[in-house]
Amino acid sequence: MNKVVAGAEEAIKDIPSGATLMLGGFGLCGIPENCISAIVKKGINNLTCISNNAGVDDFGIGLMLQGRQVKKMIASYVGENAEFERQLLSGELEVDLIPQGTLATRCMAAGYGMPAVFLLAGIGTEVAEGKEVRNFNGKDYLLEEAFDADFAIVKAWKGDTMGNLIFKGTARNFSPMMAMAGKITIAEVEHLVPAGELDPNYIHVPGIYVHRIFEGKNYEKRIENRTVRKRM
Amino acid sequence: MALTKEQIAKRIAQELQDGFYVNLGIGIPTLVANYIPQGVNVVLQSENGLLGMGPFPFEGEEDADLINAGKQTVTTVPGSAFFDSAMSFGMIRAGKVDLTVLGAMEVADNGDIANWKIPKKLVKGMGGAMDLVAAAKNIIVAMQHTNPKGESKLLPKCTLPLTGIGCIKKVVTDLGVFDITPDGFKCLEYAPGVTIEEIKAKTAGRLVIADDVKEMAV
Repeated sequence: MNKVVAGAEEAIKDIPSGATLMLGGFGLCGIPENCISAIVKKGINNLTCISNNAGVDDFGIGLMLQGRQVKKMIASYVGENAEFERQLLSGELEVDLIPQGTLATRCMAAGYGMPAVFLLAGIGTEVAEGKEVRNFNGKDYLLEEAFDADFAIVKAWKGDTMGNLIFKGTARNFSPMMAMAGKITIAEVEHLVPAGELDPNYIHVPGIYVHRIFEGKNYEKRIENRTVRKRM
Repeated sequence: MALTKEQIAKRIAQELQDGFYVNLGIGIPTLVANYIPQGVNVVLQSENGLLGMGPFPFEGEEDADLINAGKQTVTTVPGSAFFDSAMSFGMIRAGKVDLTVLGAMEVADNGDIANWKIPKKLVKGMGGAMDLVAAAKNIIVAMQHTNPKGESKLLPKCTLPLTGIGCIKKVVTDLGVFDITPDGFKCLEYAPGVTIEEIKAKTAGRLVIADDVKEMAV
């Protein structure tokens, strides 16, 4: 079993134009920087991207938008991105907005092998339009289908050669469910270690879900909204 | 005098009870954390995957891997926990979060809320707002009583696309505190210097005044 690849170029080498990708991260926190750069460099296009946000103008998925590589964005919040707005208003970009918890849970359902789940979010709103409604214990729920992604691309803090992943802080966000949901899952990690070095008690994503892994480099880890307090 | 944003936050903080798990939205709700009464211990939940959110870090101690739902750098308090987004919304959905405070563009007198989309203006998305309002067992809205044009935001029916239906229990505005009841908005408290007449004039939805209505203590 060899899941370790040399780097981002090799990890994404068979992603075709027109593919559906899941990309981990919340805002710019925990995004797979190396793979995004490689996708931008290679110019794969016509992509459907499932990710909570669409990055900022010059970082994250924003870089893929600049290259007109994204056909459709499935996200919960897409502010902070002028190029995104321009493409949306001009009709170049299709956007599907989904409640954040629904987005996470539709990823989770895919990773757990469940075709659909019943969720409360969006009942009585335009999100409910065209969806099946079922009543359980007096409450209406929407039938929400699991996502179907060709590739899931996530970034973890630590990983081992078996593909086991550990995340750090709030950089975990959507990545575990996405990692579990991809038909092919690519993980870039800050620290890649030999099998046996990670304590099995603290694994967030077992290696069975991860097909390719590599140690990323030159992480910028940009902060979107730096807030601090003064020392007394 | 109508309340400042800080005073609205301070009044909402009086609703916090010891042991509460609380989710604070962006804007005025975030300020509530600055006014938690002494002796009341609450755990702040940030829906991107953190229980036990602390204050902003000291300069130089910011961690790109530690942010809140507003993408601001934050810290953790002792006893905090990280988790993924599915679990985060799982605990919200399962009713484990005791109180959610969020902002709104409009609230209707039946508890409907609109706070995510203005037709013909650019839509940025609902984020976690729809999940929170659909599932949270206790929701307080923090907002200005009127919009910048001076029009009431407390309405008989929301005009903007809905975020959730029949879910809001209480509204705290710069003019007063209102419960949502079968009779509409029930004014429990008025801001110091604000008259009932002003509240009546600026509330478009059904409004009743509580028999024991009193001046807000802020």
